[in-house]
Amino acid sequence: MDFTLTKEQKMARQLFRDFAVREVEPLAREIDESHRFPSETVEKMHKYGFMGIPFSKDYGGQGCDTLTYVLAVEELSRVCATTGVIVSAHTSLAAGAIDSKGTAEQKEEYLRPLNTDKLGAFALTEPDAGTDAGSQRTTAVLDGDEYVLNGSKIFITNAGYADIYVVFAMTDRSQGTRGISAFIVEKGRPGFDFGLAEKKMGIHGSSTRELIFTDCRIPRENLLGLEGKGFGLAMGTLDGGRIGIAAQAVGIAQGALDKTIAYVKERKQFGRAISKFQNTQFQIANMATEIESARYLTYLAAEKKDSGERYSYEAAMAKLKASRTANYVSSLAVQLHGGYGYIQDYDVERMMRDAKITEIYEGTSEVMQMVISGSLLG
Amino acid sequence: MTYKGVFTFAEQTDGVLTNVSYELIGKARDLARDLNENVTAVLLGEKISHLAPDLLAAGADRVLYLDDPELKLYRTEPYTQAMAYVIEEYQPEILLIGATALGRDLGPRVAARVHTGLTADCTALEIDPDNKELRMTRPAFGGNLMATILCSDHRPQMATVRPGVMVRKVADPERAGEIIELKLQLEKNNCYVTVEEIAKKIGQHVDITEADVLVAGGRGVGGEEGFALLQELADALGGEVAASRAVVDAGWQVKERQVGQTGKTVRPALYFAVGISGAIQHLAGMEEADYIVAINKNPDAAIFTVADVGIVGDLFEILPKLIKTLKAEKHD
Amino acid sequence: MKIIVCMKQVPDTNEVRINPETGTLMREGVPSIMNPDDKAALEAALRIKDASGARVIGLSMGPRQAEAVLREALAMGADECYLLTDRAFGGADTWATSSTLAAAIKQIGCDLVLTGRQAIDGDTAQVGPGIAEHLSIPNLSYAEDIRVDGKDVVVRQQYDESIHTVRAGMPALVTVLSELNEPRYMTPGGIFDAYRENNLRVWGRDDLEIEDENIGLKGSPTRVAKSFPKSVKAPGMTINAGADESVQFIVDKLKEKYIL
Repeated sequence: MDFTLTKEQKMARQLFRDFAVREVEPLAREIDESHRFPSETVEKMHKYGFMGIPFSKDYGGQGCDTLTYVLAVEELSRVCATTGVIVSAHTSLAAGAIDSKGTAEQKEEYLRPLNTDKLGAFALTEPDAGTDAGSQRTTAVLDGDEYVLNGSKIFITNAGYADIYVVFAMTDRSQGTRGISAFIVEKGRPGFDFGLAEKKMGIHGSSTRELIFTDCRIPRENLLGLEGKGFGLAMGTLDGGRIGIAAQAVGIAQGALDKTIAYVKERKQFGRAISKFQNTQFQIANMATEIESARYLTYLAAEKKDSGERYSYEAAMAKLKASRTANYVSSLAVQLHGGYGYIQDYDVERMMRDAKITEIYEGTSEVMQMVISGSLLG
Repeated sequence: MTYKGVFTFAEQTDGVLTNVSYELIGKARDLARDLNENVTAVLLGEKISHLAPDLLAAGADRVLYLDDPELKLYRTEPYTQAMAYVIEEYQPEILLIGATALGRDLGPRVAARVHTGLTADCTALEIDPDNKELRMTRPAFGGNLMATILCSDHRPQMATVRPGVMVRKVADPERAGEIIELKLQLEKNNCYVTVEEIAKKIGQHVDITEADVLVAGGRGVGGEEGFALLQELADALGGEVAASRAVVDAGWQVKERQVGQTGKTVRPALYFAVGISGAIQHLAGMEEADYIVAINKNPDAAIFTVADVGIVGDLFEILPKLIKTLKAEKHD
Repeated sequence: MKIIVCMKQVPDTNEVRINPETGTLMREGVPSIMNPDDKAALEAALRIKDASGARVIGLSMGPRQAEAVLREALAMGADECYLLTDRAFGGADTWATSSTLAAAIKQIGCDLVLTGRQAIDGDTAQVGPGIAEHLSIPNLSYAEDIRVDGKDVVVRQQYDESIHTVRAGMPALVTVLSELNEPRYMTPGGIFDAYRENNLRVWGRDDLEIEDENIGLKGSPTRVAKSFPKSVKAPGMTINAGADESVQFIVDKLKEKYIL
């Protein structure tokens, strides 16, 4: 059992770190303040292959392993959680779904551009279908050579900026979850519109919007996988997505710890740096330990995924642990910064706001507990 | 075959000698005195012989010059040929070249041609009293370390010296010396290049992270007008003006000049903190400066905890006097 | 067209610190990077390759771990790389280093040699011109722009007060400033390929046609007699005196520190 990264992975981590520090970090505060989607960063990431890390070179991907992809999301999130989730939602969910069940033609048509220059999004959640994802109201009716979509999706990450959407809809109400199918829908299709951007607590630069389908017609060939198999595809894809979110959460926590360590060494009270006080020291120790354990659970899930075996259990544990850690560490980071931690000049304030969503999206912590206990208790 | 004499390269552009050319002669005089030898300046160009007397006045005992159309504009190969010829014919003990862009291009090529050692960007040069070797000291490791270098078994011992480091002697127009025109046929070989165009550099966008000297002002400066004084000081020191966040927020300076947590992090060789209290957000951006001089009315200002030199006083009294003194120093 | 890019692995001198207690350099834990000027040279070569096709060859002399910068070069898009490593090369000054690199370049053969102006640890800017001299080719320093024009290379050289546009016939050597360009990042796939494919050759002393008297410590005309850290910062002095006295104090201190 080798717990060290390979030379390639180490070099890749350094690459992601350099990119994050030079290209992403300088924008982090500004995009949070102005709620701006960092298009220029996405373009750069596409240019360097960061948007297709774990996919085959046959379709323009980088051909790397899942762990290398995890390192990318972690390093990006360390300086900007928004940038981390843009990559994660695009890669694990949108591209991941197409990579998993797409035909060769579909991969050529959609996976290749996702790997090289287009952004993707994944649309499962509806106003009445959150944790109860099976209660889909959006419908897809076959009419000749086309499916006609009607309904709406909410809280969709990358909405409006993405060109390629994996959308879930009911093709047969009578079958319950076995009546759900997956479709690939391109932006610009008549009848496919977007709602206003949501005003969130954090990850302000991430575009979170409603998708509205009104008699939106798409070619029959855009069915992804088999009719009625959409729910299984969604659940399977979300397993991969959870690894991405776990990586994002580890990154947020690490970033908060980095800032805190720098701050406590510099801040002086009572005649010395506050890093000399035992409470500070003990808190830092606790934070570091939590991050390390979350990190290794995440890496374990990544390796399990690549092994070909089932990995839902490990992925759920990783996300559960990492998201709790991100919230614990970022909140404590603000506390250790004292009054300054509450001021927007200091990044930990943003990190704390960003951390919260990791316990909610792509499966709430409650769902993670369901998955884990389900595996143990049957 | 003994090597004798301290030689310097006299750099000229468009018939004007650079300051460093005089500074090198100043230093060469000191070295020559310790070696009991003479100072020779080497001058290359086209129609430049009229500059020779200035070099004698600056302290050279002899000027060797080569007047050739091929030397009108600086190019590595013809200049290297000329210097290599001088070294071969005159066998200097020491050869000093100014570490200008030109000098740092010429020096290594000459050293390689005559197979000797070259030490770049020296900040100190001394003759070892015991063995009479030249001890050349220079910064390395990005300036974090100083190293003393020797070139024991090869001659000439070559060094490039940064402008502004050595001191030029007071000119003595009565000084006598030899002026000799060199006779050398330069050889046009494959290393010759063609100069297609020469353009003067235009002013550039301010980047305070690149400046060696920063004069930063805080709320204590009082307003935009107060910064004129800081600009004067910056000019006198060859630096740039910078600002604290309070100043930028007040609109007295542009954001590009802001130093601190939400501004830029700078590491200049010299940082003046004028009217800046030293809030932790500001310190975060500048405490890595090599040398910090702080001026503030308040003796308890936090800036004094990081300053190398702290002056409690009124910046409006101190700066004008400081500027005057610095300008006077320059003219000596 | 064959372009050889000479690159050096250097400690990131921006991260080097002086130990406040002992006054010595703390080198442990300082990351090693590709010298920034050399990275710009590599990027310049890759842009020529992108524009008109060229074979880009990375070359480095150093200890075994310098392999990392050559892998980085491959991951950025270089076609093959050579590492010159041998005990015999150790302790080399700029004469010995440039001789060694020149010997390798002669054996590999090329049209253009690109290298950075100077390394951030040595800071001499001597190796590039030294290599050109050993190869008897023109060197064009401080390039802020490079263009290949048929059999010539046209370079904009940045001097102190002016910019010279200069044309030279190839083979030629150009030294590059890091301001020349924004080097590209590696791609993740490129990193894996760099290690997987067999494009890195390691050469020792015996692989080079060169005399012993021109390599390593023995082949170096200059040597370091001693090295010492810059004087440790004494605690600062704050004075509260009249304006004249204060000004004199400042000026004296600045002179003491060689700032004036």
